[in-house]
Amino acid sequence: MAEVEETLKRIQGQNGVQGIIIVNSEGIPVKTTLDNPSTVQYAGLIHQLVMKARSTIRDIDPQNDLTFLRIRSKKNEIMIAPDKDYFLIVIQNPSD
Amino acid sequence: MSISNAAATMKKGVPAQKAALPGAKPTKAAAKKKEGAVDNSDGITDDWSHGKGLIKPPDQLELTETELNEEITRILTTNNPHAPQNIVHYSFKERAYKPTGVVDQMVVLFELEGSLVHQDSDEARRLRAKGDLPKETATVATGTEPDEEKPDTLGTLVEVDEAGEEDRPDSAASKADMEPKATNQFKFSERASQTLNNPLRERSCQTEPPSRSIFAATANQWEIYDAYVEELQKQEKNKEKQKAAASKKDTDKSKKKPMLMETQNDDLTKVRKSAKILERMVHQNIFDDIAQDFKYFEDASDAFRGQEGTLLPLWKFQYDKAKGLSVTALCWSQKHQDLFAVGMGSYDFSKQGRGMLVHYTLKNTTFPEYIYPTDSGVLCLDIHEQHPLLVAVGFYDGCVAVYNLKKKGLEPVYKSTAKTGKHTDPVWQVRWQKDDMDNNRNFYSVSSDGRVVSWTLVKNELVFTDIIRLSGAVSEGPEGAQQPGIACGTAFDFHKQIDYLFLVGTEEGKIHKCSKTYSSQFLETYDAHSMSVEAIRWNHFHPKVFISCSSDWTVKIWDHTINTPMFTFDLKAAVGDVAWAPYSSTVFAAVTTDGKVHVFDLSVNKYEAICQQSVVAKKTKLTHIDFNPIHPIVTVGDDRGSVSSFKLSPNLRKKPEAKKGQVQPKGPEVEVAKMEELLSLLREPEHGTA
Repeated sequence: MAEVEETLKRIQGQNGVQGIIIVNSEGIPVKTTLDNPSTVQYAGLIHQLVMKARSTIRDIDPQNDLTFLRIRSKKNEIMIAPDKDYFLIVIQNPSD
Repeated sequence: MSISNAAATMKKGVPAQKAALPGAKPTKAAAKKKEGAVDNSDGITDDWSHGKGLIKPPDQLELTETELNEEITRILTTNNPHAPQNIVHYSFKERAYKPTGVVDQMVVLFELEGSLVHQDSDEARRLRAKGDLPKETATVATGTEPDEEKPDTLGTLVEVDEAGEEDRPDSAASKADMEPKATNQFKFSERASQTLNNPLRERSCQTEPPSRSIFAATANQWEIYDAYVEELQKQEKNKEKQKAAASKKDTDKSKKKPMLMETQNDDLTKVRKSAKILERMVHQNIFDDIAQDFKYFEDASDAFRGQEGTLLPLWKFQYDKAKGLSVTALCWSQKHQDLFAVGMGSYDFSKQGRGMLVHYTLKNTTFPEYIYPTDSGVLCLDIHEQHPLLVAVGFYDGCVAVYNLKKKGLEPVYKSTAKTGKHTDPVWQVRWQKDDMDNNRNFYSVSSDGRVVSWTLVKNELVFTDIIRLSGAVSEGPEGAQQPGIACGTAFDFHKQIDYLFLVGTEEGKIHKCSKTYSSQFLETYDAHSMSVEAIRWNHFHPKVFISCSSDWTVKIWDHTINTPMFTFDLKAAVGDVAWAPYSSTVFAAVTTDGKVHVFDLSVNKYEAICQQSVVAKKTKLTHIDFNPIHPIVTVGDDRGSVSSFKLSPNLRKKPEAKKGQVQPKGPEVEVAKMEELLSLLREPEHGTA
């Protein structure tokens, strides 16, 4: 428990990290470092995206699975680690 | 009374007076008669006596002749005197009560309907059609004897009814009813009464509707696949259950506890792995430029530098909690090329205390992957080549321990104790060996107490075997003047090919060539250094060559068959560590306490380092160096607890130039040949002089 907390704290402390969100499998944010509205927005949208992405991967090969999703954008990078029950979202501005 | 009298007189007087008197007149006349009566009170009696005489009421008006002859005209009107004249109706149109002008003036005094029927009328015809109207009586009887006829007609009607009912044989009951009717047809009145009806009651009840649920799902290929896999697992579990039915009780108890634990902290531990990956990614983003350098940067300026090369600083590894400690050991994992272990402790013997074993990975350079704090300072460590999870560690307090990275907790899985033959002095080096005959893992350690000990991991125990005692050997040595028991091992290394052969360096600067099989004597003793030997390493390729370094500022390269060093390099500072490059037989690197890294390539320059670079702040001493087994980088530890990594520039890892387009042979043989060539150059003059 503490180990994960520490890891998250370290990530949050890194340069350019704008926020961390942990979302459960229903798309409900469990833990966040962002403010409420943007957390809800990110969680909702990204949950859909992850589901779609996973579905795509698994449709192609059912034995395959999505392990990571990385979205590079002009302003920042959204990294998503989808797990079975939770997925982790980190938003980072890599140029900072 | 008077009125009735007046009325009576009126009726009687009408013919006499030739005209009927209206209501108003008689009163007038009566009034006149009254006056006259007063006058002729006597005359009345006279009138009564004369029967034929007119009887005059006493109050009759006395009229003169002219008055009597006067003609009074009366008109009878058809007005009904009893008809009300003040009837009003409310007019909704004008919203007011309005008197109605027209009043019905007709009064019916007597009315009688006749019973005669005209012969040719419709009614007569209808009656005739019934056939009950006798033709003779039609005109007469109806008029004269209506009472007689009625029963007759009724009788015929009854007969007709009876005839009609006879047609219907089923109406016997109604026939019986009819008979009393006929007996008293005038008084009979039908009376019906209704009994109380039971009130109708509506009763209904509703059952609970069956539960409904909307189910919708998509059926992808992978969902179908998942379902099948789940089913398979279930089946397998069932099979296992049936098999393990007997031993179920024991397993259940043990299962319950971890289950509870899992549910308690499943919340965040599940994302542990993801969090770790993300941390690495974030670092990758932050240190993107360094990662690019690590992978792709080749210093182009090397081409103009001739033989010399440089070291490109990459990541620096630091851990806050290990700041006060110095790096006492460095070891790359052979299997995981990004992982290396760092031992933390102190070389300052007045400042001994805690230590630490940490593992860093190149993928996350800001925080160690594994951390094991220790009570005593770590002095050496070694990662098992085949099982990189196992790490052997030697401590300042003389203990050796084995950590398993997979095991949770901060304690080692094996640790030597005073009972199990722990060293009495600091352990300076540990080294894993090949598994023994029983496939048990084992490693060796060397300590200042003069013992070289073999440790075997047997189940939960660490079994020790003394291989050699250096103390005795020292007394036997050529310089027998030294007192026994002083010889302290500080470093050793095992031959890469010959299993039993190993070298031990001592605090006095001697190097002993030993065999695992002879514990009593040395195969050879090299009088190598004037101060304690810091490190000994066999060459990766050439089976005869090893290198040693010492605090006496020198690095020496040896052929173990020859007593004297082949090469000697003076680095002008105490040498902390030396290491052969894994990619070439002639390249090695050394670190000195003045903060410099020296890289030599004997095939390029036999006398000087091709790279000599100060890599840390002044006054920081470098303690250890190790090459990555694959990547062209070295890690350097210093006495402030930080580890720096450097990329070797192309000149430092130059391959011999290909001659005349020939395919350059590769492999260890080439490297051996390269070294051999160098050695032969050195041997021949030696032999020549000798």
